[in-house]
Formats: sequence, structure tokens, C-alpha cells
Amino acid sequence: MGETIDHEARFASAMRTDAPPAIVLQDVNKWFGALHVLRDINLSVATGERVVVCGPSGSGKSTMIRCINRLEQHQQGKIIVDGIELSDDLRSLDAIRREVGMVFQSFNLFPHLTVLENCTLAPIWVRRMPKKEAEDLAMEYLERVRIPEQAKKFPGQLSGGQQQRVAIARALCMKPKIMLFDEPTSALDPEMIKEVLDTMVMLAETGMTMICVTHEMGFARQVADRVVFMDRGEIVESGEPEALFSDPKTDRLKLFLSQILRGH
Amino acid sequence: MSDVTLDASAANPEAAPRTAPVRSTGAMAWLRANLFSSWLNTALTLALAWLVVRFAIGFVDWAFINAIWSVPMQGTVPQTQICRDLEGAGACWAVIGEKHRFILFGTYPYEEHWRPLLVCGLFIGLYIFSAMRRFWTWVLVPVWAVTLTVIGILMWGGILGLSYVPQERWGGLPITLILSTFGLAFAFPLAILVALGRRSKLPAIKTLCVVYVELVRGVPLISLLFMASVMFPLFLPEGMNIDKLLRAQIAITLFAGAYLAEVVRAGLQTLPRGQYEAADALGLSYWQKTGFIILPQALRLVIPPLVNTFIGFFKDTSLVLIIGIFDLLTAGKTAIVEPAWQGFGIEVYVFVGAIYLVFCFAMSKYSQDLERDLNQHRRR
Repeated sequence: MGETIDHEARFASAMRTDAPPAIVLQDVNKWFGALHVLRDINLSVATGERVVVCGPSGSGKSTMIRCINRLEQHQQGKIIVDGIELSDDLRSLDAIRREVGMVFQSFNLFPHLTVLENCTLAPIWVRRMPKKEAEDLAMEYLERVRIPEQAKKFPGQLSGGQQQRVAIARALCMKPKIMLFDEPTSALDPEMIKEVLDTMVMLAETGMTMICVTHEMGFARQVADRVVFMDRGEIVESGEPEALFSDPKTDRLKLFLSQILRGH
Repeated sequence: MSDVTLDASAANPEAAPRTAPVRSTGAMAWLRANLFSSWLNTALTLALAWLVVRFAIGFVDWAFINAIWSVPMQGTVPQTQICRDLEGAGACWAVIGEKHRFILFGTYPYEEHWRPLLVCGLFIGLYIFSAMRRFWTWVLVPVWAVTLTVIGILMWGGILGLSYVPQERWGGLPITLILSTFGLAFAFPLAILVALGRRSKLPAIKTLCVVYVELVRGVPLISLLFMASVMFPLFLPEGMNIDKLLRAQIAITLFAGAYLAEVVRAGLQTLPRGQYEAADALGLSYWQKTGFIILPQALRLVIPPLVNTFIGFFKDTSLVLIIGIFDLLTAGKTAIVEPAWQGFGIEVYVFVGAIYLVFCFAMSKYSQDLERDLNQHRRR
């Protein structure tokens, strides 16, 4: 193979703190029919750690983070989030989804609700927060993503970048411990990518535990503690961004880096 | 150069005085563009205009100018000879004047007609109240419960000093309103549950819903009504009897439910998967997701086919005539059985048709407004 994974390095950042890891994936395997999409995935993310996952399309990176809040089910191995193991038990699933926020490539805002209602729905009904409190909280986060003036509008009246910032605010309103980003800037026009990335950088600075699937290498360099490179369903290489990008160990990562750098 | 410009009209034919351009706005322009743009169009327009005018004149002649509004009475027998002498040249509205209470209320005791009249008023009031969006809260539940109870008391009587009227004597418009209101009020929630069930991951629920829809939809409403009225009592234990109207009501509800379920399911299928995923990721439960995210969007999308089905079933309630229930149309047919009024079917059917039209048009108009108001988020 010649693509040995340094187990020491992979867990190094998780060891930095004494707190239990926020997310642990242990020998996770998943198939879509006959297609083996995740192969023996081992990953541990410490509380407060920021991990960027990159890799060619079809490499399983989206599937992996979608397994973390069980939008997809894994078939083998263990996934432990915030100390709770993912299983068919609905109560543990509810508990995990309350603590894990997710931002999607296609925003997935609720088009029939206003921006404010998008943000308050889950806090009111899942967190059982009083309406007034939920609205104040939502306005606070909308201010933090710098679009409080759009609160009464419908998502369809906003630009793509604004919609994605609303989606981030909506996820934050649940006060999650962990945020998952599934290619948050891939559906955006170039001039809107920056406003979303700025929001994510700001969020990273608050110490949020984050896993981001993205091809934005600048973002990875700026905020990531660790970059994980996936290809064909496996984690091929991982490490600190600067080391990984400047000194790729495997041919697959070299090829991938040359391709995306050419694109930039 | 300057003299060239001055002399342009002589030198350059392009600059010669021209007639004004053809008007492209206004009524005349519209007529020219749409009705008289070619000789074929002109011919068609004229031919159709002639037909429309002729028909309109004929109708006005029949319905108003030559119409007879009342006939003399000889004892209790109306003298309809003057109507017959018209030989179809004019309408005999006297039949409506004489029979409208029978058409509207059937064989309900004559001196108690204020009760079904009040019931119709209550139904219409209930529709108007429910149609106002500011009342779309839990307040609708007690309002409906109270109104329907009052309607039941008024129709049956037997308490509060009201005389008892058995269901066999009910008839006319109240029957039509009862069948369609109860039918659709129960069929719609049933349809939503069945549509959700058809998309369920649980095989038992899914199969049950599929079997229900396919079975009920695959059978004509008439045969369902026959089954409800003739076959169903055979399966009941001796001495037990379920009201005939109730049986017809159940048959209509089940039938409407199957059709509406497919309409609702069409709406559910148009929603992108991302909506479900976003709701899941936020931790909403199945019913929260369905109630706040999925149904509000799916139902808005299917307002036109939903109302289409509603209107269809409002009129289909008239099929209960085949099992001997006296709805509006049956009452109309029966009104002209009396020898004196035989042969005046057109007038009665126009009258009954107008009542159906008022209700159906109101539904249609309301649905258009609703569609516009509820889909504001889709306008930019």
C-alpha cells in the first residue's frame, strides 16, 4: 500500500486535552447496497477541536459526517457522540441531535417560514424554550451572522450567502456542542463564499467543536487543528494543515492537492 | 450639409410624412389583435357572436320575458294550464314558488321548516368562520363541536321542546350539507394519515394504507353506497341497526379519503429530501417535523387539486339518491312527481343547479385567494 496511517498522529490532537473526546468513530463501515462507502473509519475529535475533512467527490466525506447525527446509518463499528453511542434507540438519537448542529450544502431552510421562525422553531419545540426567549436568542445569533435586518423576510428573498448564514444561525440557536458543516460553500457564488467563511471563522474562534467538509484550503489553514484527507471511503492521511499540505505523504493526497490547487 | 437636412423630406422618401402607426393598446387594438386578425378569425368571431347573442336573447325571453311567476289556485290544486299553454316558450317559475320549500327541505314537517333553514344558516356561518385565517387556531375545535351539536339537536329535536323528527323525514339542502361537511371534515384528516402511512417505513402500516386506497378507489361510489345500504346490514347482528344516513356518510367519507390521500401524497412527494434532513438534524420529532415542516408545505402545493376533489365530492353526494336518501337533487326530482307540476323539470333543475353553483363557486374562489395568500413566500 505505502499509505500507512500514523495512528499516533491521528489521535495526537485528541490527547491534548483531558476532556473526553466529543466524537469517536471506531472501525465504522457502511455500504450503499454493494458499494462500500466507508471503510474502517477511525476518527476521534476532541472537545473544541476543529477538523476539516477534504477529499475528491465520492470519497465518503459527506457520508461520514452524516453518520455522526445519523442522517445515514452505519452498519459496522461504533460512533460515540458527546458520550452517547449511536444506536436504534430513539431517545439517544434525540439527545445527540439536540447537541449536534448541521449546516448543509443546499442550506435546506424552511421556505414557508420567516428567517426568525426558521431560527426559533427547534428551540421552542425541541428545547421547550419560551417563545420570547427563543426570539431574543435568534436575534442575537442573526446579529452575530450580521443579518438581523432580514429576520422578517422569507428565505427565498435572500441571497445564497445570506441563506447559508441564516442556516448557521438556525443551527446555533439550538446551542449545540458540536457543529457539522457539509460543504457549506459549494453551492455559493464566489463573491458569497467569503461572507460564509468569515462567519465560520468567527464561530471557530468561540471554541466550538467543528467538523467541516470543505475544499476551502485557506479556511483549513486558518482555523483547522487537523485536516483529514479521505479517498474511496477511507481516511488516507491526516495531520496539521500546514504539514499535510506542504508535505503530503501519499500519492493520492499529492494528486488531490495538485488538482484543487490548479483549480484555484 | 444643413440644406440637405432641411430638404430631407424631398430628398429622402423615408422622411416623408407618414400615417400614424397602428394603435397597439386600448380596446380597439385588443379586438383587432385577438378577434379580427385574419379573415378566418373574423368569420369565427362573427359566427360565435351570433350564436351567443341568439342564445342570450332566447334565454332572457324564456327566463324573464315570457316567464310565468305564479299560477292561480283552485282549492289546494295549482292551475298549471297557463304554464302548459306556453309550450316551452317561457319558464314556469311558479313551480319554484310553490315547491321551493319541498326542494330545500324535503319531507321535513312543514311547520318545522325553520329548523332546517336555521341549520343551513349555521352551516354557512360555520364555513365562513372557518374560512377566515385569523380563526385558524384551537378555537375552531370548540366552535365546530358546538355548532354540529346544535345542528344535530335542531334536526332531530326531541329535547328542549322541539318535536322529534326521525332521520327518514330529513331531506333537501341540509342532507347535502351534512353529507359533504361531515364527509370532507373526516375524509381530509383520514387522507393525511393515509398519505403519511403510504410513505411509512413500517411495512404493516404501509400495506394497510396501500390496500385501502387501491380497494376503495377501484370501486365505483355507487357500489360502495349500495354495499353500505344493502349488504352491510346483513352482517350486523339481529336487532342492531345503524342509521342509513350514517352508513352513506361512512361510505362517502371512505371514498373521499382514498382520493384525497393520493392528492396529499402527491404534495408530500414534491418536497426535497433536504427539508426532512434539516428537520431531523434540528432534532424535531416525527410529528413535529410532519406538522411544522412537511404538511404546511405539501398541502399548500396541492390546494388546486384538493379543492378540485372537494368540489367533486360536494356534487357526488347527490348519488345517495340511489339508496333512497333525500338530498337536494332527489328532493328536486320528487317535487315534480305531483301531477300538476309534471313536465316542469327544467325550472327545478336550473334552481337546484344554481344552488350547487353558488357553493362550488364559493369554494373555488376561496381556494384561489388562499393559494395566493399562503404562497407569498414563493414570490420574490
